[in-house]
Amino acid sequence: MRTRTRTVGVAVAAAALLVAGCTSDLPDAGSGPTAGDETGADATASEFFDQAEYERQLALREATPDGPADRPWEQALEPEYVPTEQYQQDGPYHLCFSNAGLFNPWRSVGWRTMRAEVDLHPEIAEFTVLDAQGQDDKQISDIQSLASQDCDLLIVSPNTTATLTPAVAAACEQLPVIVFDRGVDTDCPVTFISPIGGYAYGAAGAEFLAEEVEPGGQVLALRISPGVDVLEHRWAAAERVFEDSDLEVVGVQFTEDDPATVKNTVSDYIQRFGGLDGVWMDAGATAVAAVEAFEDAGVPVPPITGEDQQDFLQAWDERGLTAVAPGYPTFQWRTPVLAALRVLGGQEVPEQWVLPQPVITQDTLDDYLQPDMPPQHYALCGCEDLPDFPAAWGG
Amino acid sequence: MTGTEPASGAAHLRWRPAPLAGLRAVAPVLVLLVALLVALAVVDPGFFDPERLLAFLRRSAPLVILAAGQYLVIVSGGFDLSVGAVVTAGVVVAAELFNLAPGLPWLVVVAVLLLGGLLVGVVNGIVSTVFAVPSFIATLGMMLVLQGAVFFWTQGAPRGYLPEDYRMLGRSAVPGAEWLPWAVVVLAVVGVAAVLFMRSDTGRTLVATGDNDVAAGLAGVRVARLRILAFALSGVAAAVAAILVGGFTGVSAQAGSGYEFQAITAVVLGGVALGGGRGSVVAAMAGAFSLQALFTLLTLLGVSGALESAVQGVIVITAVAVGGISWSRRATRTHQPVRESV
Repeated sequence: MRTRTRTVGVAVAAAALLVAGCTSDLPDAGSGPTAGDETGADATASEFFDQAEYERQLALREATPDGPADRPWEQALEPEYVPTEQYQQDGPYHLCFSNAGLFNPWRSVGWRTMRAEVDLHPEIAEFTVLDAQGQDDKQISDIQSLASQDCDLLIVSPNTTATLTPAVAAACEQLPVIVFDRGVDTDCPVTFISPIGGYAYGAAGAEFLAEEVEPGGQVLALRISPGVDVLEHRWAAAERVFEDSDLEVVGVQFTEDDPATVKNTVSDYIQRFGGLDGVWMDAGATAVAAVEAFEDAGVPVPPITGEDQQDFLQAWDERGLTAVAPGYPTFQWRTPVLAALRVLGGQEVPEQWVLPQPVITQDTLDDYLQPDMPPQHYALCGCEDLPDFPAAWGG
Repeated sequence: MTGTEPASGAAHLRWRPAPLAGLRAVAPVLVLLVALLVALAVVDPGFFDPERLLAFLRRSAPLVILAAGQYLVIVSGGFDLSVGAVVTAGVVVAAELFNLAPGLPWLVVVAVLLLGGLLVGVVNGIVSTVFAVPSFIATLGMMLVLQGAVFFWTQGAPRGYLPEDYRMLGRSAVPGAEWLPWAVVVLAVVGVAAVLFMRSDTGRTLVATGDNDVAAGLAGVRVARLRILAFALSGVAAAVAAILVGGFTGVSAQAGSGYEFQAITAVVLGGVALGGGRGSVVAAMAGAFSLQALFTLLTLLGVSGALESAVQGVIVITAVAVGGISWSRRATRTHQPVRESV
């Protein structure tokens, strides 16, 4: 009996290992992609830096957008329009959406914004949505299922780029497809919608630190996890900027987007180096934890980069931080709905619909502060004019 | 193990291990802990500043408390996979409570969390004893239920902030003794309580139950009630950890993810037998300190966070395998198979 108990114990431990392994994957899947991606065609797994794409993104930051100034989700940077007469049809329309998942607050905020945009348009009679819960295989079957229904147009927010490409390509043969956030390796979609991209995001924070931190200053870089292309691009750009600066990167640490890890890591560096002169982060969900690490150590908070989450913007405002918040705007979730109506109405759309990617600075901080919104609400949602704001977003 | 056999025929199981048996149970993990601390001192000589040691204790507190709770369940023959989800739920529920009723006294929220943890544990215990669902499945189900409920409630983006007074236990120091974090005080209280509990009759009976529940039952132990108690205490420990974690960092929808596995790893590292009946709570808590020291060391060495789970996996397999080898030798030497008790 004893021996058997032991065997059972081992088996259960092995199973525990398996289950916990799955569980501990969740943060990766859930937090890594706070962002989407440019098409990423040339990004390889081993070398995440693409000089031409880097330069293109940095140049796009200076471009003057085409479209109404107060509605950035309708703007496009350097658009090349393609005709869509072949998709024109009379309403009412049945739109379908294959969502990669709702596995982080960024996607939650985006999804609420998209639903509200759909509700604005009576000509959308039906809106069918399938949620892939962050699983490629489920999204492949979701796309197949939607493509075979009587959808007039399919919107896809792909979970990963390479794996979803064949499914999207197959769907393109049956109906018009619009892809947004992360891309796919095919140009068959009528339009691909995304903000400028990860290089521009990463460079914005690094350039801010290069400007604000004294030469020779020690900077800590905090990253969520390795190997996620959208996050690798952010770091690759920042690394490039830091190399060209007088700053010393004393550490690059992975945090799994866990605030406790962030706070502990920053505390460790403060203690080991007697302080830090700057903190760069590849996403802002845990930026407040980094700020608190300095406070709890009783030292001033150095220049720091965050994102457009309300908790960070409030900490910035209340504590008078020297900070910057590059954004990966959630307002991009409105654009696919508008693009869909344009395509079905036979109006031209940009083939690559590159949206502006605002960076919140000290000068614009007050415009984005919304103290009544939840801590993980994204200020760049472009949702303030939508019905049921702020209640539907948790405010 | 001969040292853990209940006294034959006794209505109250009042056995005491030989004086050195306790030390023998704790020794291997203490060696490991000391080795890790020495390695930390070599890599980072400043680690032993009193201030940093206290910071280390504070950071270890949630895991050590979870390991103490997990120990109670494991030593009585079960598993509690739900503790990570309880931590997450505790953090999110506290934030939502303060969002719904700003100005709620923080002690009320603490009480709600402790009661909630107790309730989750009792349900785990009842499902796994009265309904005879293996605890592995029962608590796995509870984990999924809690995760799903938290997600459904928050839609992936928790609302509300944790106010400063609530965060005191996890974040601040004791007034008048600014060097002493509250979390270390909480840790000390829980640690002492756990040791006292395991030295009580109930604690000893719990180990006997895990060792051989049939014999314990025949000896008059209310096995189901004891196991429910173990799960309940594990749930309360998870709630305490939730209060510390939420206090330390504020709201996060992933506050407790991975904690269930870290707690099991810590207990296994402490030499506690999976399946129950063997091991000490002090060793389990030392296992948690060792795991935390290992993580700190990996960070100092620049090993990426992604490797942490791989390291944990190797530890669990190794610890259980090593335990299994020595056990099967012992079993073949001292025991004949007893068919009827299977």
